[in-house]
Formats: sequence, C-alpha cells, structure tokens
Amino acid sequence: MLQFTPKGILCVPGGFYIDPWKPVDLAVITHGHSDHARWGMKKYLCHHYTVPILKSRLGTDIAVQGIAYGEPVTINGVQVSLHPAGHIIGSAQVRMEYKGYVVVVSGDYKVQDDGLSDPLEILRCHEFVTESTFGLPIYNWQSVAAQHTQLQEWVAGNRANGKTSVFIGYSLGKAQRIMKALEGIAPIHVHYSIAVLNQAYESAGIQLPDYAIADLREDVKHLAQDIVILPPSLLDAQVTRKIPDMANAICSGWMQVRGARRWRSADAGFAISDHADWPGLLDTVKATGAEKVYVTHGQTAVFTKYLNEIGIAAEEVTTRFGEEEESVEPS
Amino acid sequence: MKTFATLINALDSTNKTNLKLEALMHFLAEAEEGDKMWLLALFTGKRPKRNVNTALMRQWAMEIAGIPEWLFLESYSSVGDLGETISLILPAPEQYTERSLSEWMQQIATLDKATEAEKKTFVTEAWRSLTHTERFIFNKLLGGSFRLGVSAQTLINALARYYNMEANAVTHSIMGDWQMDAVTFDELVQGAYTDTQLSKPYPFCLAYPLEKEPEELGPVQDWQVEYKWDGIRGQLIRRNDEVFIWSRGEELITEQFPEIKAALLQWPVNVVLDGELLVFKDGQVLNFSALQQRLNRKNISAKMLQELPVVCFVYDLLELDGKDLRNLPIKERRSMLEELLRQYAGGPLMLCHTIAAVDWEALKSIRQESRSVNSEGLMLKHKDSPYHTGRKKGDWWKWKIDPYTIDAVLIYAQKGSGRRSAYYTDYTFAVRKGDELVSIAKAYSGLTDKEIQEVNRYINQHAIEKFGPVRTVKPELVFEIAFEGISFSNRHKSGVALRFPRIARWRKDKTAAEIDDIEEIKKMIR
Ligand SMILES: [Zn+2]
Ligand SMILES: [Zn+2]
Repeated sequence: MLQFTPKGILCVPGGFYIDPWKPVDLAVITHGHSDHARWGMKKYLCHHYTVPILKSRLGTDIAVQGIAYGEPVTINGVQVSLHPAGHIIGSAQVRMEYKGYVVVVSGDYKVQDDGLSDPLEILRCHEFVTESTFGLPIYNWQSVAAQHTQLQEWVAGNRANGKTSVFIGYSLGKAQRIMKALEGIAPIHVHYSIAVLNQAYESAGIQLPDYAIADLREDVKHLAQDIVILPPSLLDAQVTRKIPDMANAICSGWMQVRGARRWRSADAGFAISDHADWPGLLDTVKATGAEKVYVTHGQTAVFTKYLNEIGIAAEEVTTRFGEEEESVEPS
Repeated sequence: MKTFATLINALDSTNKTNLKLEALMHFLAEAEEGDKMWLLALFTGKRPKRNVNTALMRQWAMEIAGIPEWLFLESYSSVGDLGETISLILPAPEQYTERSLSEWMQQIATLDKATEAEKKTFVTEAWRSLTHTERFIFNKLLGGSFRLGVSAQTLINALARYYNMEANAVTHSIMGDWQMDAVTFDELVQGAYTDTQLSKPYPFCLAYPLEKEPEELGPVQDWQVEYKWDGIRGQLIRRNDEVFIWSRGEELITEQFPEIKAALLQWPVNVVLDGELLVFKDGQVLNFSALQQRLNRKNISAKMLQELPVVCFVYDLLELDGKDLRNLPIKERRSMLEELLRQYAGGPLMLCHTIAAVDWEALKSIRQESRSVNSEGLMLKHKDSPYHTGRKKGDWWKWKIDPYTIDAVLIYAQKGSGRRSAYYTDYTFAVRKGDELVSIAKAYSGLTDKEIQEVNRYINQHAIEKFGPVRTVKPELVFEIAFEGISFSNRHKSGVALRFPRIARWRKDKTAAEIDDIEEIKKMIR
C-alpha cells in the first residue's frame, strides 16, 4: 500500500503523500517540525492543533484542513484517520485502511506522557512505519518526574550561586516541556520564537506557566537569576553571552551520553527527549502487531537488524526526516 | 558516592573554568575525608590496579541487558567508552545504596583475592544499586581507567582557594610519592610532609606560543634565546644521593633513562635541573621518532643504550644545595648553571646552548633554519624572568617554525570517542600516488563545530560503504593538513609517518584533483 518515492512516502491507492519533502498535491502531515512539514504542497491535511503551526511556519495563505484525532476522512477509497503520537502538540500517527488492510505511519513519537501532548495511542496494524532516532539500547529515559526534579535542582543550585539559568531546547515541543517542569520555581523568560509557538498551545486550551518574552537585543540585566529559554540557534550567539552570570543547559536525548555533553560544551546537559527511547521503540513496534515494519530516520540499520533478529520483519527506508530539525539534535 | 558523582557530572558538563572551580569547592566542603583523598589519588595517578577483567564486565552487562554482542558493539562505538556503555545499557537501578567513594574503593581493592563468581556477584549487585553516573564511575574505577575532567591548574587553584594557600605551595605538596594511609587530607595539602619528600618536583614553568611580531618584545638583548627541542621535557632532581627524573606529565621516568641517572649521581652537589631529554648521536640531535623507541620499555638493553644514547640538554637550575632559586632572574640562574656544568659536565648532561643574535632579523633567519638541527624553533626567555609556576604570559615564549602542510582528501570517517562520540570527527586523509589514493594521516582536530556538522552532513549523504563504525567517504573534500615532522616508515602504507598531523583548514576552494602527491611529500624528509 505504501511506496517510498523520491518525493516522500506515497499511499498508492489514496494518491496522497505523508510528510513529503517535494511539492505534491495532497500532503498528510504528522506534525509541525520543519523536516516533516515542508513548504510547497497544494493542500495540507493535519490535526487541528497543527494548523496554526503550519500557518506560522509556511504562511497563512496555505490550503490546510484540520481534523480531530480519530476523525475518519476518505481519500480515493482509503480511510484515513489521525491518532496521537505523543511527540509534540498535534502530533499524529496516520492510519490508513484500504480493503481491510491497515498501515500506520507514525512520524515522530514518544511513549512518555509529557502532560502537554496527547499520549501515544497504540494502533494494531499490518504495516508500521517507525522512526529510530534513539534506536540504541543506551537510550533509556528517566521518568518525567525525575527529569523535572533534575531541572528544578539545577535551577535552584544556580540561583544559590547567583546565576541565571539558560535552557537551550527546540522551540516547538521542548521549550514548553521545560516551562512546565519549572513552573513556579522562578520567573520564566522565553525567546520570541518560542512565544509564537506557545500561542499554538494556548489556543488549543493547554495551560502553560506564566512567561515573559525576553528580547536579547535590549538590556538583559533584569534576567539575572531567572530562567531563560532559547532555541538552539542561540546557543553560542553573541547576544546569549550578554546574559548576566549565566549557566546554560541543553535539553536533548543526545545528552544521555557523556561524550555528547562534553562535546556540546554547555554547562549542563539533560537527557530529555520528545522521541521514544530504546524500550519505547521496541514496545511500540511489538504492540502494533505489525507483520512488516519500515524503519526511518535515526539508527535505521541497527534497529532494522535487531527487529529482524527477534522475528519482526523490518526494512530500512531512506527518508529526509531528521535532517533539518536542528543542528544541535534531531529533536 | 553521590557527592563525587555530582562533582564528576559538573566537571564533565561545563568547560568554564570558574564553574569547575565552584564544583570543586563544593566537593571540598561537602565530601568526607576519605573521598577527598581519593580525588587527589586518582588525580595524581594513584589508581588501584585492575581487579576485574573488562571482557567479563562486558559479558555480564550483555547478559543482564539481554542484548546480542553486535548490538553491544554498536552501542559501544556510539558511546566511545566501555564503562559508560555498560552503565547505559543496564536497566534502571532497583534500589539505591549510598556508599562513599572510599568504601567502594576499599571493596574494589579486596577483589584481587576473589573468585570470578564472587566478583560477578559484587559487580552486578553494585550495578543494581547505583545511578547511571555512579555506575559509570564505578566501572571506570573497576577498570582502572578513571580520569577527571579538570586540569591540574584548576584543581590546584580550587585547593589553594579552599585552604587559603598559594597555588605553588599546593602543587608542591600534592605532587610526589605520598601514601594514602600515611597522611590526612589537610596535612597533605598544607605540606606537612613536604620536607621528607626528596622526590618532590617543582611545577614546570611553561611558555606561551609567540603570536605577535618579536620586535614588540623590545631589544633582542633582553632575551635569552635557545633552540626549542622536540624531546621530553624533564626535571632532574638530585637530593641526598638519590636521583629522580620527572616528565612534564608529572610522571617519574627515572628508570627509563639510566645513563642520565648515573651521570647525575656522580655529581657531588644536590641540584634540581630543568632540561630536554633527547637522542644525541655523532654530535647530532635525532628526531622524536628515535626517542620514541626508548620510551615505555621494561628493560633498556645495552644495545639500545648504545644505538640510541640519550642526553639531557640542561637549560635551567631550580635548586642548589637545598636552596630554591626559582625567584632569581634567569640570567643569574644561568650563570650558576654554566659554572656547575663547567665543573661537573661530561657524559650525557650537557649545557643547552644559548643563541646570540644582533637583532630580531638575524634571529628570524636562524629560526627559519632550525629544522636543520632537528629543532622546532626557538625559545625566548626574558633575562629578568623568575621560574614561574605554570604558565604566565610575557616572560617565556615559544617561537616555533611554521608547520609543514599538505593538501589531502577525506576518505574515511569514524565517530569520535569520549566527548566527540556523537559526530564523525576522526578522519583519515589520503594523497595521490600516481592514479591511486594512499592514506597518509589520521586527524581528529582543527575544525569548528559548525564545520564538523557540515562535514557530518556530507558523510551521511555520501558514505559509500559502512564497515562497523567506519564510513568510506566519496573522496571529494580537500583539507590542508599541518604537521610537525615527517619520517620514513614501514608501518604506513604511504611509506611515511607524520608527526602531530591536524587539520589546518578546510580547502573548499580545491578539488580532489589538486591534492599533493606522495613522491613530492617524501622530499620533505631530511
Ligand atoms: Zn519531530
Ligand atoms: Zn522526525
């Protein structure tokens, strides 16, 4: 039912693509990250919550239709529905059913409930397309509660030493998780690009902690000892260095490995990710009951080999996912 | 071990000296006596010997995690460190047991008499009761390969600040051959045992690379000029009929240089000298590869002593008859040194000559020619300079000759280890050999983070072949490789070995057709 083409993943009977990277007529979009939602499609179909994100990213004039989770749409005889992927707000797995055969393209997903996006729904299917960003057994996330404690303790330590806590995290998804983890600990300031996406959360009725917009081009003395959240592009920027007595932390799954923490040379690194860890990937793939699994971006070779070894037929697929998400990490 | 783990985590994560210093101060205030001792012990290389085979640890970890060996190896190649890989693939701890670092160390030390089954029980139980970071530290201690992510200077500064002492004094106190059970931490740092320690070296005085025009240094006559030798910097100590030779890496290397030891023992005075250990034969200094053959050997044969005789070019006098001379200006130390060597010289202890030049112009041409005597440039020491502790800008400069460079093409890439494990950062480069390519050097450093990410993108898109962690890359990216020396070598396919190769810059303006040919490169060898 699926064909992996140079334009993207094609649903053959439906005639539409999922997260294509070249212009097509109809693109079903799993979520708003830039490597999954690209410019130039005649029409977009995505979850309601993803609509404002697409518009702010790709322009308000795009043709986009929003649907709810579980709301079926029929396209050329294929019944299409979106289901929560737990990755970021509005992130969805695309379920396609044609003549009783079910295929699911999961986009990016995580198993942990971050309290912000709808938790991952396990879908039984014949074929499953999975990511493999953290498809190595070294990636085992701590519980969300433990992650929150880590961040809170770090901020408290910084404040005791008179330092400003600067967090670096992807503006869509990660930034909001950091905010939530630090609610009520200290005043939170976010970069403009994050504030724009916060609105997408707020318009979906999701409560975020109070925050102010930090304009780093202006005087930044008032940020002292507070919490500042910035996108990865500002990690080494001149304006960031002006923040008084700052200690900076990167929040990303890659920070699980000591080498990556040292390599990025921030002052701290926290393994907080919006992707599934190794047990998360394995459990999900098993739970779908899929007889055929396609493995996209990340540790494709390793994860494919392992699945085949444990008796799940899997195949490596080359896509262009994961390449533009950000320089610090494929978020 | 929680306090220690917090320290290690903080030291690992930041590269800001002041934050490392803060973390150390915090540890000194919080940790118990025994753990502080261990910090110093580990830092000064007093590691416990390895009591558990790492292959066994790997086996046990795979068993517990339930993963096949190839998957373990993939993980290992991505992490770059065995102890850390094991700490990460194990399931989350079931319960947490707090034991101090020294308690753990004691238990590890008793393992030498344990059976394999006992070792397994001990290790796997420890794994079950420690957090990720603590597990990692435990594994490294067990494997005898623990390293702290902090420089000697920062640790010494933290101790100095904590005890309100001079850094110099702290260094003197903690270097050397102290026994853990014989001292308390406070006594050790505060130097209670200094006098009894004959072997104690002084911290080396270091020079900065000269990055400005030498004319800015004032009249050339104010400077003591020497060749900069490419050997091993050594501090030679003779006190009360004993001789100790320390390397700059704070290692005792006395036994590796028996001829130097014997010669210094002949002297009738107690001295501490600073000089360069070099292979010197038929009136010529040989290059570093000759010296390398003399290093890290259990026994130095008579044949070796004859074929590769080592001398010390002595350039400074730090102590004479128990008197610390480091605060005298070097011109005075130098004349005392010359006098000493006039009296006792002969054999392998030789005075390192100074170079007199009328002006900087004359010195520049001498520097240009320094490769002809197998030196790597010049040292400039201000005649009024004391012997500083560590590096201080302004008094001592190293004025090296420009490195050799070649243009080569990237052919293999591998993920780095340690801090670079997330990216392909270990590169192999090739040059032309007629119509073929022949690999000539591996290099790990020299690119900016941004360039590394760009190269990584290229590698991901243009890898021709995957062989384990190695990627064969389409030979298109050209880099300028700089290096310090070149010699013939049978062990390299290209027939040459480069010394200290590194990436000077990415030549985006060049294509693979423009890289150098091996025959031309061989002409650089003298
Ligand atoms: Zn994503
Ligand atoms: Zn993705």
